[in-house]
Amino acid sequence: MDISGADFIKGMAFLGAGIAMGLGAIGPGVGEGFVAGKACEAIGRRPDEAGLLTRTMLVGQAVSESTGIYSLVIALLLIFVV
Amino acid sequence: MDEGFITLCRYLGAALSVGFGAIGAALGEGYAAGQASDAISYRPQASGEVLKNMLVGQAIAESAAIFALVVSILLIFGSTEFHTQIFGWAALSGGLCMGLAAIGSGIGAGVPAGTACKGIVRQPASSGKILTTMLLGSAVCQTPAIFGLVTAFLLIFLDHSNVPLYPGWAAMVGCGISTGLAAIGPGIGNGLTAGEAVSGVARNPDQSGMTSRTMLVALGVAQSTAIYGFLISLMLLFMTPKESTSFAQAMRLLSAGICMGFGAFGPGLGVGMTGAYAVKEVPRNPDGSQVLVRTMLVGMAVAESTGIYSLIIALLLIVL
Repeated sequence: MDISGADFIKGMAFLGAGIAMGLGAIGPGVGEGFVAGKACEAIGRRPDEAGLLTRTMLVGQAVSESTGIYSLVIALLLIFVV
Repeated sequence: MDEGFITLCRYLGAALSVGFGAIGAALGEGYAAGQASDAISYRPQASGEVLKNMLVGQAIAESAAIFALVVSILLIFGSTEFHTQIFGWAALSGGLCMGLAAIGSGIGAGVPAGTACKGIVRQPASSGKILTTMLLGSAVCQTPAIFGLVTAFLLIFLDHSNVPLYPGWAAMVGCGISTGLAAIGPGIGNGLTAGEAVSGVARNPDQSGMTSRTMLVALGVAQSTAIYGFLISLMLLFMTPKESTSFAQAMRLLSAGICMGFGAFGPGLGVGMTGAYAVKEVPRNPDGSQVLVRTMLVGMAVAESTGIYSLIIALLLIVL
């Protein structure tokens, strides 16, 4: 296997894309799951406020999704631009 | 030289398999035993029932470690009739895959075993229902480990002689890492959900049917990222790469496995946490269970999104 120049850079960019998206997916996954769980708990306690709680849950999840989207963007940049 | 390399890889794979594979089951069973001891202190006269339940639960949690042991033994004593280096890489990767995949299921299956011991002390009259829910939950917790076992067997026993060594070695390692790492999160997540379901049945045995049904829905969704990992593994295994000495081609395939493997951890664990909270509330207010299940599924779908991003990046890396 020849490891040199442009090929090496391309290889490392691919590896970086995988690591970026893979590790970047952990936090949002756990965080959003926790939000959804707590929302279910709250709805169990106050079923009449289910609409408000679902809305709050979705806003909170959208915000914690952002770091996952950063990872996606960086991974796509590493694959297609570098 | 090749035969020596293959033997080396098989031994290393065997060590990785049982080494990693022993972590999860030991933790899970320890948790079950701890909860059982705690439970017996509340009601010593129920010790026989609790002990029986603890042993049944631990036996299920043990199965993931037994898969890892079987793969190790096969790698050490199996025949080395194939003599190209690619079989060495495949064997190493099979061991790694089974070892990693056993961690999550081992930890996960221990949680319902522990909560069942506590539940039996609280509701000795419903111990049958509690045991049934525990068996169902722990059995589903094993699914990610079974994906790992299937992938390990495919890696170890398939004929890879038409796969070029470069970049085939990277496809093999990526294949093992993808299913192996992807099994950890869903395994633990399933355990959390199943544990709360068992507690819920103990709290309100009349609602055991509704609780078990909600648990199974939640477990099914939590499984999805493990299935993505398995899918990427199968693609890496069966889409034979073109021969190329390029470093970038090798890294592309390895990176797809790493991406999907790590990417499945968070959503698997997160969706399991969502399921745990939802399943906890169902027996408390059975009338609102429809709204609860709906919110649970919406929340899970959003939490799943980063797993889907990882799947997309992994697919792009394989197909490009």
